[in-house]
Amino acid sequence: MTALLEVKDLTVRFGDHVVVDEVSFTVERGGRLGVIGESGSGKTLTALSIIGLVPDSALVSGSVQFDGQQLLGRRDGDLSQLRGEQIAMVFQNPQTALNPLMRVGKQVAEPLRRHHGLSKVAAADAAVALCERVGLPDPSRSVRAYPHQLSGGQRQRVGIAMALACRPALLIADEPTTALDVTVQAGVLRLLAELVAEEDTALLFITHDIALVPLVADDVLVMRRGSIVEAGAAEAVIEAPSHPYTIELLAAARKTALPPDDHVKVLS
Amino acid sequence: MTDALLAAEEVHRVYRLPRSSLLGPRAERHALAGVSLAVAAGETLGIVGESGSGKSTLARILLGLDRATSGVVTFDGRPVAPGRPHELRWFRRDMQIVFQDPLSSLDPRMTVTDIVAEPLVGLAVPGPRDARIVEVLSSVGIDPDTRHRYPHEFSGGQQQRIAIARALAPHPKVLVADEPVSSLDVSVRAQILDLLQSLVRQFRLTLVLVSHDLGVIHSLCDRVLVLHEGRVVEQGRTAEVFAAPADPYTRRLLAAVPRLP
Repeated sequence: MTALLEVKDLTVRFGDHVVVDEVSFTVERGGRLGVIGESGSGKTLTALSIIGLVPDSALVSGSVQFDGQQLLGRRDGDLSQLRGEQIAMVFQNPQTALNPLMRVGKQVAEPLRRHHGLSKVAAADAAVALCERVGLPDPSRSVRAYPHQLSGGQRQRVGIAMALACRPALLIADEPTTALDVTVQAGVLRLLAELVAEEDTALLFITHDIALVPLVADDVLVMRRGSIVEAGAAEAVIEAPSHPYTIELLAAARKTALPPDDHVKVLS
Repeated sequence: MTDALLAAEEVHRVYRLPRSSLLGPRAERHALAGVSLAVAAGETLGIVGESGSGKSTLARILLGLDRATSGVVTFDGRPVAPGRPHELRWFRRDMQIVFQDPLSSLDPRMTVTDIVAEPLVGLAVPGPRDARIVEVLSSVGIDPDTRHRYPHEFSGGQQQRIAIARALAPHPKVLVADEPVSSLDVSVRAQILDLLQSLVRQFRLTLVLVSHDLGVIHSLCDRVLVLHEGRVVEQGRTAEVFAAPADPYTRRLLAAVPRLP
């Protein structure tokens, strides 16, 4: 069976400036891949080019095969059929990703109405169920709230509910917990890991925080200045990094990480 | 505690919220509900809390940038409160701040020289200025030959070094750093923390570090104070608090921090 997502020699440039340089990787069905990198590493643009959300000024080349179809060069109209249905995305800042003028229930129901043709009533019911699934308090009331009435963690749960509404085959999460407090982050990551495992959704998890990768992903890519410098099983890379940059990054991360503690585990 | 350099006693800060209905009463929010602390000279104190815990309000009150609704802050035994610039000079020289976002805390139209000179001029610090600027830039690892450039010509880490140089220029006794590395990349973050650590040792600084990041506090502070909903829920030596947290909130906070194997 072919891989769900096969990215080959993906290159993104703005004029003469190459920001993603011949990046290749695959994600299997139900696979969970973490992408780590610092600012300017090209990790976000890599994700955005998969679903055709790069700015118009970007020149994208290479190949992105999703479920056997080539996505690069497709018209935006074709891609929008796919987005939210087969490939969904959770963004870093739920405050800006949600429509401030629309009740959250309607936003969660939107992909179901659009892609699955559900009636208003059926979609509204599904939205309540989804809000319950992502752990929003009092879901039948929560769906009537506007985004500003929810906390940051609750808004990100709405973002996850929206992304998973149509049961996509691939979920792209770009720094989904960076804007959240650490205690809230733990809950959101646990939820994300649970849901993708349950639905057998493949996950592309983008982060600058290497400590988060083993919590949600099995494999990891390390990106630097537009290129992949190291790839492998997440735990193996963290325990025995081979590229000098990964070694340096881990040393820096360990400097500000708390010492490992066997008694408390985030996902236990 | 008479030997405290910086102390706060029963500090409350109440913000009045906007009216939610035309005739209704204005609600209030207790950002700080009775915080007391004492920092001895040469100590490094970490103040940790999540968003809304009151940590930044506390930092602002300690610096005399905001007024406590009740309670007192003292520096070297003298009360600290917002006032006219010349009334605050005495402790501004001794107490300086480094903010989270270096780019927004540096005036884009000033050169590095002007930026670092500003506290020297404004606080009327005696001594030759140019020599001090060169000296303090070198001590934070910025090549003094680049001092005629503007902030945008430097990387984020270098900008934070410049902000640290500005803070150190008037020879303060206390440095307050409010999330000094939160906007920086991981590798740069480690370098800035190393720098802060060596500066604290070299100049025998008293450091008050405000952060949401327990790892940052752990790597830099002897003592920690955990703030939750405007109250100090726990304080003590960092190693001891982190190894055996007594308060349920501290325990929850520590358990939530992702660890590297």
